[in-house]
Amino acid sequence: MTIQEIQDEIIEEFDMFDDWMQKYDYLIELSKDLPLLDEKHKLDENIIKGCQSKVWLHAEKQGDSVRYTADSDAIITKGIVALLVRVYDQQKSKDILENELHFIDAIGLKEHLSMTRSNGLVSMIKQMKFYALAFQAN
Amino acid sequence: MALNLENIRAQFPVLHQEVNGRPLVYFDNAATSQKPKMVIDAIAQYYNKENSNIHRGVHYLSQLATDKYEKAREAIRRLLNAKAVEEIIFTRGTTEAINLVANCLTRSLFKPGDEIIISAIEHHSNIVPWQMACEQSGAVLKVIPVLDSGELDMDAYKALLNEKTKFVTVNSISNALGTVNPIEEIIALAHAKGALILIDGAQSVPHAKVDVQALDADFYCFSAHKMYGPTGVGVLHGKKEILEKMPPYHGGGEMIKEVTFEGTTYNDLPFKFEGGTPNIAGGIGVEAAVRFMEEVGVENIANYEAELLAYALEKLKEIEGVQFIGEAKNRAGLVSFNLKGIHPYDAGTVLDKLGIAIRTGHHCAQPVMDRFDVPGTMRASFAVYNTKQEIDVFIAGIHRVKQMFG
Repeated sequence: MTIQEIQDEIIEEFDMFDDWMQKYDYLIELSKDLPLLDEKHKLDENIIKGCQSKVWLHAEKQGDSVRYTADSDAIITKGIVALLVRVYDQQKSKDILENELHFIDAIGLKEHLSMTRSNGLVSMIKQMKFYALAFQAN
Repeated sequence: MALNLENIRAQFPVLHQEVNGRPLVYFDNAATSQKPKMVIDAIAQYYNKENSNIHRGVHYLSQLATDKYEKAREAIRRLLNAKAVEEIIFTRGTTEAINLVANCLTRSLFKPGDEIIISAIEHHSNIVPWQMACEQSGAVLKVIPVLDSGELDMDAYKALLNEKTKFVTVNSISNALGTVNPIEEIIALAHAKGALILIDGAQSVPHAKVDVQALDADFYCFSAHKMYGPTGVGVLHGKKEILEKMPPYHGGGEMIKEVTFEGTTYNDLPFKFEGGTPNIAGGIGVEAAVRFMEEVGVENIANYEAELLAYALEKLKEIEGVQFIGEAKNRAGLVSFNLKGIHPYDAGTVLDKLGIAIRTGHHCAQPVMDRFDVPGTMRASFAVYNTKQEIDVFIAGIHRVKQMFG
């Protein structure tokens, strides 16, 4: 699936929910599904620090594509991290760089990407693109 | 005296709204308090009818605005029981007040090898300016450790004090833990060694009677926005004889007597430290905030908030998994805690959805979080307009959080 198709799929999933409680319960479920970051990658250099919660991000080059694994110490953040990984994982560097993320807005979780949240997600997206750029150059 | 809560709440327009479909419960008062109508009106009145630059115009409006602004300085003097209005310096906030002192003393007092003592439970704004002062002067930073209870290790403090100690600074109440520090003793011990001392009163002035003459600290500072006043105004109280010896801070208009290209003579106190056009509207708003506190009664505020805190602690203790961060015998204004196995970010997010505003995170006190080995805490902090019913809503919210993440 392309990045756009995955985003549309996520939007469709969230359309089923009537209120924030259901959305958050779903994020909690997703957080449990996120393949845990290998302990050996849970290094300080992989931490994206926010003042509220932390995100760990690891990326590996696989041909033209990028493999991402990530984790967070907060469950809601981790649920959103799971969605971001679902969208970008195993995609081509070029596509990662060219496709903007619109699903977060569309599913009503935009507030988690605001500056005040300081949960590491904004920096995480930047870092995901940075890896894509770096791997593309190599 | 029982407070007329209905009357008090009616004075705060912001409280009467729904957030995420629920009546707002505002428990983030340690970050900033809400403003009563009299403060909002005073600021609007200034811009509607009185706006003018102060201290230099001979025209009617300038005189009017000057009188009002200086009346605010007198109100602060009264609130703090300071000896003279010259000792009241307006700043942008507590942070600027601390930076002012750190900067001016770096240029006039601190020498290589001197020691500056801070505590382990300071806000970043009472850590970083002293690190900068040390960097520039060659002085050395010493830190009073905190005990597991959230109280300062006073024996360690006594051991840190010596003839090299030039300066000591601590907060009166910790914004991260709510610990009330024994500042009278801390001040006396610093003075016994001949050191100057600054008290960060940001969390005290809104909640308790402060008498700077009785305290005898050399510097005392706080922010207006945490005491029902506007943002962007703070106060530095300093002893006159010390302020007079200190070099000025910002150079500019207002702080001068005479300027030539050969040299400048500086203005008298307090203007020497107030370069540039000040936050006039803010100052006028502060005057109204002081009046609000006086009308309610500072002691009434303190007693009522102590009642709220005791009620919140009692209710929280009944909840399984609540872990208090800091359990000092003497604490005020706020409670800092975590729920076992639940990240404060998750808890804060769900409470927000329930219309409850608390602070989660490190509260600009990362060393405190490191000391207690937590990623952050949940902090509920109270003001005079909060109610026990709101605490009940908050407690129900905590149960909801536990249900979702437990």
